[in-house]
Parts: sequence; C-alpha cells; structure tokens
Amino acid sequence: MTTTTETTPAGGPAATDASPVRTAPRSAARRRRLYQWLFVAPAVLYLLAFFGFPLVRNILMSFQEFTPTTYFTGEAPFNGLDNWRAVFSNELFGDALWQTVLFTIGSLAGQFTIGLALAVFFTRRFPLSGVVRAVLLLPWLVPMVVSAVVWRRIMDEDHGVLNSFLKTLGLTGDGVPWLSSPSVALLSAVLVNIWIGIPFNMVILYGGLQEIPREVYEAAALDGAGPWRTFRSITLPMLRPVVTVVLVLGFMSTIKVLDLILALTGGGPADSTQTLGTMTYQLSFMQLDFGQGAVVGNVLILVSAVFAVLYLRVNRAQSGQGK
Amino acid sequence: MTTTETATKPVRMQAATKTAGAKRSWRSTLVALLILAVMLFPVYWMISTALQPHSSIAATQLLPTSPSLENFRAAFDTQGGSLLTSLVVSLGAVAVCLALAAPAAYGLAQFGLRGSRGIVFGTLITQMVPGIVVANALYSAYAELGLVNSYAGLILADASLGLPFAIVLLRAFMVSIPSEVIEAAMVDGANRFTAFVRIVLPMSRNALITSGLFAFLFAWADFIFALTLNTTDDVKPVTLGIYQFIGAHVSDWGAVMATAVLSAIPAAILLVVAQKYIAAGISGGSIK
Repeated sequence: MTTTTETTPAGGPAATDASPVRTAPRSAARRRRLYQWLFVAPAVLYLLAFFGFPLVRNILMSFQEFTPTTYFTGEAPFNGLDNWRAVFSNELFGDALWQTVLFTIGSLAGQFTIGLALAVFFTRRFPLSGVVRAVLLLPWLVPMVVSAVVWRRIMDEDHGVLNSFLKTLGLTGDGVPWLSSPSVALLSAVLVNIWIGIPFNMVILYGGLQEIPREVYEAAALDGAGPWRTFRSITLPMLRPVVTVVLVLGFMSTIKVLDLILALTGGGPADSTQTLGTMTYQLSFMQLDFGQGAVVGNVLILVSAVFAVLYLRVNRAQSGQGK
Repeated sequence: MTTTETATKPVRMQAATKTAGAKRSWRSTLVALLILAVMLFPVYWMISTALQPHSSIAATQLLPTSPSLENFRAAFDTQGGSLLTSLVVSLGAVAVCLALAAPAAYGLAQFGLRGSRGIVFGTLITQMVPGIVVANALYSAYAELGLVNSYAGLILADASLGLPFAIVLLRAFMVSIPSEVIEAAMVDGANRFTAFVRIVLPMSRNALITSGLFAFLFAWADFIFALTLNTTDDVKPVTLGIYQFIGAHVSDWGAVMATAVLSAIPAAILLVVAQKYIAAGISGGSIK
C-alpha cells in the first residue's frame, strides 16, 4: 500500500513539470494533463479510501484503547503498547497463528495437487470435456458462506450424509465427529476449503498447460520419454510461472478466509478452528475491543505482505522473460 | 488369399486403433463424469434436501422421492427480502465499480501518465488486504459518517471487492485499442471524454461484461462487510440472512437449504449464460 501513497504524489507533480523546456504551451499541456488525470483520480481516491486508509487506520488503532463505550463517547485514548502486549500474552493468539498456518498450507497443498491432476486429465481430448470443465466451476462461484452452511449439514456427526455414507461402507462405526471434535474440526475446514479452491486451480493450470507447445511433447515422445518422465522434465518446468501465480494468489486468498470458518464451525469447538481472521473478528466485533482486533489484523497483513513481495518479484521476473 | 490378407490387414489395423481410441476417449468421459459427480455432490445434496419436506424430522433421503416446494415457500417468506437486498446491493456495487474502473483503466492504458505503473502496482497489491482488516477500520469511519446500516455504505464497501480486478482486466484490454482509432475520432471534433464514451466503451464491451459479472458475483457473495457494517436488520443481504438462519433455526434444515439454493442461483445462471466470460475472467485477472 505504501507504493500507492508514494505514486499518487509522484503522479501529481508530473502534471506540473511535464515540459519544463517548452514554456509557451506549458499551461495548455498542463491543462491537458490535469484533464487526463480526471479519468484516473476517482478510482485512485476510492482505492485510497477503501484500502489505503484502513491500512493506516489499523496501525493507529492498534495503539488506542477501545471499549464498548467508545462509540458513545467517541474517546479512544492512545495506550502505547498495551494492545500488543495483551494480544501476545493471549494464549489464543499463538494457537490462532499456528492454525492459520496449518489451514493455509493444508488448503493450498490439497487444492493445488487435485487441481493440477484435474488440469492434466482435461488436456486429453474426449467428448463433453468442455461442458464438464465449465460445470466444475460451480463450487467456486457459489458464495462461500452458502457452501459452508451446506457442508455443515453434510458433516453433521449424527445426521450428516458423510457419516451415513462412511457407515454404509463400514469405514467407521459411530461416525467421525467432523465438526464437533477439536482434533478433527480444523481438518474438516481444510477439506471444505480444498473443495472450494479446486476449480480455480484447475482452470488456471489448465490454461497454463494449453500454452505449452505440442511439438515439445512430440519431441519427448520421439526420445522415448514415458508419461511420468515427460510430466517431470517438461510439463512441470514449463508450467512453473503459472504454478507460482496460482500458489501465491491461493495463499493470499486462503490466509484471509473468514466466511467459511464462521459459518462452518464459528471458530470452535474449543477454539480449535480459530485463525487470525476469526480472532480479529471476535476481538473487534464481538468483544468490541477494536484496538486488539487491529493488532491481530496487522499481524495478518504482515504475513501476507511478505508473500505479496514474493508475488511481485515473480511477476516481474516473468514479464522480463516474456520480453 | 494371401494377397487379400496383406491388402486388408493395414486397413483393419487402422480401424482397430480408431475404435480403441474412441473407446478410450469415452472412458475418459466416464471418468470426467465421475469426477463431476463427486465434486458436485454437495450441490446435489443442497438441492435434494431443499426439495424434501420435513427433512429435519425424517432422515434426509438420498433421492427426493416426493419432492415439494414447501421449503422454498418458507425460504421466500423469511429470506425473500434478503434476496432483494442482495440484488440491489450487488447491482449498485457493479455500477460503482464500472463507473470508477472504466475511465481509470482508459487513462492508465492510453494517456501514458507518469505514475500509471505505480497505480497498477498498487491496485494489484490491494488483493492482499484482508476484508476483515478493511472492515475493522471502516466501521469507525462509517459510524462517524452515518453509513452504518445503510445501502450506500454497503454498496460502496462491496464495490471494493470487484474494483481492483475490473481495473486490471479493463486496462489489459484497453492497452490493445490502437490510439489512431481514438485520435481519428478526436480529429472529427470529439473531445477525450466523448471519444471515450462513443469509441472506447463500445469496443471494450466484452471486457466490461466480464468485469461487471465478477463485480456482481463478488458483491453477491460478500459476507464480511454485511456482517460487520450492519448492526440492525435494515440492510440484510442473503449471505447474512442464511448465517443468522443457521443460528436460529438450525432444526429447519429444509428451509436453510432452500435459501442456499436460491442464493446460489445467480452463480448457476451466470455459469450457463456467460461461461466464456467467466473462463476469460479467471485466467485474465490472475495472469495479468
């Protein structure tokens, strides 16, 4: 975000010193530049208000004391590092951080592996391939809360269809406590999130696979390479830029998942599915301690910022390669 | 005898490999349909449960043997208003999103303004900002501005979900519009703005549809802003409605599932009607 705040003023002066040499048409050129900026300015102001401002405001809020009466009195005095100390000494914070990591890595690994397998499968030519690929997008297009609600019913310990199915197969005697046991609930949330993310991974990886020229495969076949060898030494290396994009985008959207967990488990049982996202929500909007909520939110941003830097690096390296 | 055999042999072989290939490709179709069945089972289960009356008392059947729309009536009675709210808010968000994104994308693509690259870069970076962090700060600002529990407030916030995507997608398209086309219009007396409205917008029709569709889907699916920026039931989109529904009526799963079906309808319609735009949007928005 710092970059946006940096570039806007950098764009501003551009209008004034656009042509320092030619002085005569200077005001006309300046007017034209100003006019052109009118196209861009509303969107930039909006982005600053809805992304830039919250980022700055959250940092400030993390040093302020908010109580349930703050919104009546309007008073939120600065309290130094009190919020930070309170959050870091909160046992839940460490758990939430660790569960966020598990949730994110588990989801990404599952979504990516299955998405890639499906993408490779769909490169075969067969009837109905296009239609099936299109319909497979549905889980990704349905609102996440809605999917979570449906899964909540499916994974119900006593009445859920998942357990009755497993019982019929004889895989479980009394049913798995998918959402009611602290040791299983996080895994269940990961499974549901994998289900949601597969289509997105599949579509992008499939697009990447289509870009690989057919001749490369023909050459490999002539050299006698088997399917696994071809996949490892041709498909994966040539797909690498797309793989990075998918993983980084997946990371940035998974680490902030909130809807899914709130509707599936509500962070429970026994806080076993609390993540940094749900903890921010509970601190700010349930306990009305916006200061501590801001602390957790800032940690969340810090983690994703590291990966955003990685993403942009890769993006730049990629466009460099393309040219 | 021998001559005929040698003559027919290659032909027969070719036919054999052809049928083997066809068989294999149909086998792939079968596998694909199996994958589809597994992946879409939750969607099937949602529809099936919604069609079974009294599904809470009796065990839910695998097949709705005596389907009824009773649950949908209950869903409409309790959640009809929320569906309408979702529609109004989502359409509003699309309007805000396109009104901001189209001119900005044009400016960033065609004017060669200094700082354009930085703005595009900043737009990409917004994707990493979690919604709950935005909501955390926005709530206090909204409280001061009187935007809590208002349509305008939720529409403005929901527009932020689709705007970065729309700017990136539209800009990528508008870069490819030859500047001669626009200059030709300006020679004929049009100014930059009329050239934008008369030439650039019609040419960008597909990109506008794609980014509008996604803006709609993102706003329709929004839950975090609906949850945090509303303290009363005045503005309650269906995502929030269904969330409160499972809190209060967790026994009436038939109605909950009927609501889920209704709230998934826009996605299903768009998948059928606008499939090519969706595929284009997913790959276009992520690779750029």
